[in-house]
Amino acid sequence: MANRPLSPHLQIWKWGPAMLVSILHRITGDGMALVGLFVLVWWLGALASGPEYYATFSEFMVTPMGYVVLVGLSWAFFTHLMSGLRHFVLDIGAGYELNSNRFWSVASPLIAIVLTAGFWAFILQR
Amino acid sequence: MGNGTSIGKVRGLGSAHEGAHHWLLQRFTAIGNLVLMMWLVGSIVWLPDLGYATVSEWLAGPVPATAMVLLIVSSFWHARLGLQVLVEDYVHNAGTKFGVIALLNLATIGGGAFAVFSVVRLALSSGTLGGAA
Ligand code: HEM
Ligand code: HEM
Repeated sequence: MANRPLSPHLQIWKWGPAMLVSILHRITGDGMALVGLFVLVWWLGALASGPEYYATFSEFMVTPMGYVVLVGLSWAFFTHLMSGLRHFVLDIGAGYELNSNRFWSVASPLIAIVLTAGFWAFILQR
Repeated sequence: MGNGTSIGKVRGLGSAHEGAHHWLLQRFTAIGNLVLMMWLVGSIVWLPDLGYATVSEWLAGPVPATAMVLLIVSSFWHARLGLQVLVEDYVHNAGTKFGVIALLNLATIGGGAFAVFSVVRLALSSGTLGGAA
């Protein structure tokens, strides 16, 4: 059993866009599940605790670290949204032709960046 | 079921009959997340500011409070299913896997319950939580 060949691992494969969106879908989903839900619970708990505690939450969220968390989460959301919609299309058996598959693999994360920028533009303009 | 090689052990067993259910629930909750997260993102953008007074008054309303409770259920459930897949992919020891999934259940049910309680408390307290709000 010892020296059997293993299936080629990470470093062997040539990177392609479809692989990237697949991996991004997992990273953003898990990131939101671990960090995003924590922030959601903290936000709601702070609201239920009253204005003084809410101020603690708000103060953290406008520090540089807070912005990293919030911008990161909004990027993760829009990226997961786009790759999730792509999933729905692939799930019904569509979108596997090489050119359109490649096109949407590249487009999904790019559209997500545009949506993230648009979201923050709205918020910061207010 | 033989007791030889790994593949010999699973040949002929057929499917576990659970995967499709998990897969479908991941999609159903994904659709829930899609609708409810668009609502949350839209609300964050349209609220005039995100200070305590504005946000608590908004979220205490019956429709936003209901939508938020639904969002909590849908997203915690979806995340619970998604993280289970992560654990199944990367944790191979049966005992550890059992422990991690048990912890995952505690964390998602506990976190979700706390979040729902927070919304209910806010909605039913009608502005008595912080006086000057
Ligand atoms: C750097 C290398 C790779 C990494 C880190 C990686 C990571 C992942 C992740 C995180 C998923 C789950 C995401 C999802 O279901 O959307 C996944 C799914 C998958 N990957 Fe990869 N992958 C890699 C390379 C490959 C290669 C080279 C192939 C095929 C030759 C491949 C085939 C698949 C398939 C078929 C699935 C779907 C499995 C299913 O949903 O049942 N992956 N991969
Ligand atoms: C815009 C709404 C959303 C859509 C359309 C969506 C869609 C999906 C789909 C289709 C899957 C299954 C992927 C597969 O079978 O490989 C999935 C997985 C997942 N989602 Fe979402 N999702 C959304 C929001 C969220 C949110 C808000 C969270 C976190 C709180 C989240 C966390 C996850 C996780 C952890 C996974 C598992 C990733 C994996 O298996 O690699 N999703 N999502």
